Amino acid sequence: MDAVVCHQLRKVYPGARGLGGGPRADVVAVDGIDLRIARGECFGLLGPNGAGKTTTVEILEGVAEPTSGDVSLFGLSWKKDGAALRERIGVALQETRLSDKQSVEETLQLFRSFYRKPRPLETLLDEVSLGEKRAAWVSKLSGGQRQRLALACALVGDPEILFLDEPTTGLDPQSRRQVWDLVSAYKARGGTVLLTTHYMEEAERLCDRVAVVDHGRVMREGTPRGLIDELVGTPEGTLEDVFVVLTGRSLRDG
Amino acid sequence: MAEHSALYQLTMARVREAVREPGVLFWVFGFPILLSVGLGLAFRGRGPEPIVVGLLDGPGAVAVERTLVGAGLRVERLDEPAAKLRLRAGKVALLVVPGATADAPLTYRYDPTPPESRLARAAVDTAIQRAAGRRDPRDVRDQPVTEPGSRYIDFLVPGLLGMNLMSGSMWGIGWVIVDMRVRKLLKRLLATPVRRRDLLLSQAIARVGSLPLEVGTLVVFARLAFNVHVTGSWLALGLVALVGALAFAGLAILVASRAQNTQTVSGLMNLVMMPMFVLSGVFFASSHFPDAVQPVLQLLPLTALNDGLRAVMIDGAGLLGVAKPLAILSAWGVASFAAGVRIFRWG
Repeated sequence: MDAVVCHQLRKVYPGARGLGGGPRADVVAVDGIDLRIARGECFGLLGPNGAGKTTTVEILEGVAEPTSGDVSLFGLSWKKDGAALRERIGVALQETRLSDKQSVEETLQLFRSFYRKPRPLETLLDEVSLGEKRAAWVSKLSGGQRQRLALACALVGDPEILFLDEPTTGLDPQSRRQVWDLVSAYKARGGTVLLTTHYMEEAERLCDRVAVVDHGRVMREGTPRGLIDELVGTPEGTLEDVFVVLTGRSLRDG
Repeated sequence: MAEHSALYQLTMARVREAVREPGVLFWVFGFPILLSVGLGLAFRGRGPEPIVVGLLDGPGAVAVERTLVGAGLRVERLDEPAAKLRLRAGKVALLVVPGATADAPLTYRYDPTPPESRLARAAVDTAIQRAAGRRDPRDVRDQPVTEPGSRYIDFLVPGLLGMNLMSGSMWGIGWVIVDMRVRKLLKRLLATPVRRRDLLLSQAIARVGSLPLEVGTLVVFARLAFNVHVTGSWLALGLVALVGALAFAGLAILVASRAQNTQTVSGLMNLVMMPMFVLSGVFFASSHFPDAVQPVLQLLPLTALNDGLRAVMIDGAGLLGVAKPLAILSAWGVASFAAGVRIFRWG
């Protein structure tokens, strides 16, 4: 049984009517995406800002509804089995601001209280190396520490799949490496990961397979090495080159 | 076990956020006290207002002054130019011009239009005539009366309490929910197994938990500072405050159900609250408005809340006496909560 299967996913945001009642300019954020992610796999959605990555992930993790298309996680659907699925997933949204005036420990205890079988507090603190910061308010944490706390919140329920939306955007290189180590450790325990990123280095390092997404569509899918070999063809080629070949743009152009 | 219950943790998180934010404490506890102090001082009963009369300097002035002061009047000794000025400005109600000799006639110079100056004339004349030996043929007695509960501050304190309960619920729940939405915390919570019911319920519990302190502070302060009494049943007062706070919690959830940023929700809340500050009898009785609009005013939630609080505090009502306000508030609370939950957006 695959961890994630989605078929012909579409999400259309109704546009505002122009002044004078002109035609609506609907925004198609996701335009027919098919994905299949195996258990234990780390899958990356790559693409520039506005490609539809976040919308896709939010639909898959059950916090947004698709306009059309089907999603199943572990053979279950959000409509029928939402409550059961939420016990089995871990989520770190892009830029969630946890409450500033709660301590690290209080924040984790809050999230622990949501799950039927939460992992022990000490284990979580150790895992994200925040033991020394347990009494510190969230407002006193660095960017990297906050992101690790967000990951700890995602790992509270011992999830079978982890959804990470741009987990390292805005972090310094050292903090980025710490996040990578965390994700690798989770993978090594047999966890499934779906992450979005626009850092090609991150994708090459963590992902077993990637899908390059642009304009709400999957341009190409495969292993990082496979895509580089196929589309760039040089040993020193990178996923960055793959993206340029596929879209004619560099990732950083957005 | 309580510590593992999501409802407990959510409620505690809400309480901690409030307690750790000094601004919140000021608005909930400090502001109503400052307001009651300011308005209480401005409108406090000052006792009988003294009558101020001018006395033109001159040979007979000393004797006249002794007479007038002896009769409890306040006297200003003035020279001619100052007297003119003070009289015209109304700073003295009347000017006494003593005669050149003890037997020469006194002159009362005053503008008879305002009642104070006619009052001053009567008081001054009585004092002068009695000093000159007049005996009043009929014996009379004065009996001064102050009606407890009839001062402005007695009217004001329940109004401030009602206003505070309303803003406490609206800001404490409406603004907080939208802030959580802006921070994407609502969406993040939606991705956990937490029950949505617990999320909203925790807000309500935290709100109710703050009531004893919030109501108690103002009531105790008003008692100590202005001797404002709760003449009715404490149970009724507590119940009106509770149902009022919950009714506005429902309205807060409705107002916050869709707003995508805190500016929008601030605007919406002001739109809801501002008219009621004026119409619902916080600072002055809503009966000042025309009869035609009274049925509408009577149905506003803040009018009901203030009526209920005043019925208990001033008129000494018990539970039965506040049945109508409680019914109106409950209807608002249930209807707005149901509508709010129906259209609520998490993202």
